[in-house]
Amino acid sequence: MRELSLNILDIVMNSIEAGATRVITAIVESPSRNLLQIAVRDNGRGMSDELARSVLDPFVTTRTTRAVGMGLPLFRQTALLAGGDLRIDSQIGKGTTVIAFMQLHNLNRPPLGNIVDTMMNLMTASPNVHFFYAHLTDGGRFCFDSFRLFSIMAEHDCSIYEAADRARQNFENGLRRIGARLF
Amino acid sequence: MKTLEDLRAIREKAQRELASRSSAAKYRISVAMGTCGIAAGARNVMSAILDELNKRNVTQAVVTQTGCLGYCDQEPMVQVTGPNNVTITYGKVTPEAARRIVDEHILKDSVVSAYVFKQG
Repeated sequence: MRELSLNILDIVMNSIEAGATRVITAIVESPSRNLLQIAVRDNGRGMSDELARSVLDPFVTTRTTRAVGMGLPLFRQTALLAGGDLRIDSQIGKGTTVIAFMQLHNLNRPPLGNIVDTMMNLMTASPNVHFFYAHLTDGGRFCFDSFRLFSIMAEHDCSIYEAADRARQNFENGLRRIGARLF
Repeated sequence: MKTLEDLRAIREKAQRELASRSSAAKYRISVAMGTCGIAAGARNVMSAILDELNKRNVTQAVVTQTGCLGYCDQEPMVQVTGPNNVTITYGKVTPEAARRIVDEHILKDSVVSAYVFKQG
């Protein structure tokens, strides 16, 4: 993966395939703490302890569920190389939380990349899933709720594609306001 | 200031509308978003499709995401299911190819044979 936002897209796809109806994505980007943390929490079907452990090992992977693949081991490898790690907390019937953290100032840390594209694509293609996005920096906080897309759609009586196009500006400006570094 | 009730009403209205548009849609476009697809560039392909649908005001198509289709070497893959329930699977789709698929397949009912990986 060339950007962390693609890793995020990949793990959120796992959440959708695990039947999640709510997915929260939270990013903490703190230069003062030299930290970049990415958390994805869902209310999908969850995994057993055994499965949660094995999804991090590319060689143990069984293809019994579609949520299992190369994505998580790759993401963990990226975090490890950038001085961090990745953890999974999952409970059957409750959901799964994936947290990746790494050093913000580390030469091996990939750029965050186009997180706006990642989130807008998810929100338009899965309108039945409630997505919540939060981005925290030393300069403030930006939140975006997929509910906002529906509001725009209803208010302007437009297609979801047009609503997404309008929301994109809003999303980008919000990230700029808190000084998020989109690279 | 809107109350929580107002917001709930807006969401329900929008969801009803989305559901009716989705059932009335002539085409269903689905972008494979497994790890292999994403690594191969599926996100940019999907962004191109959404952008093209918006620019041309297309209402007869809905876009969804699916997981891995099992043909990693063909990624990024896009499936288009038409009114007759026939599914065309496009392979090695670039953002430019995706725009062509919207233009020719969705708007002109003409399959873009250059990118077809599987038919039916």
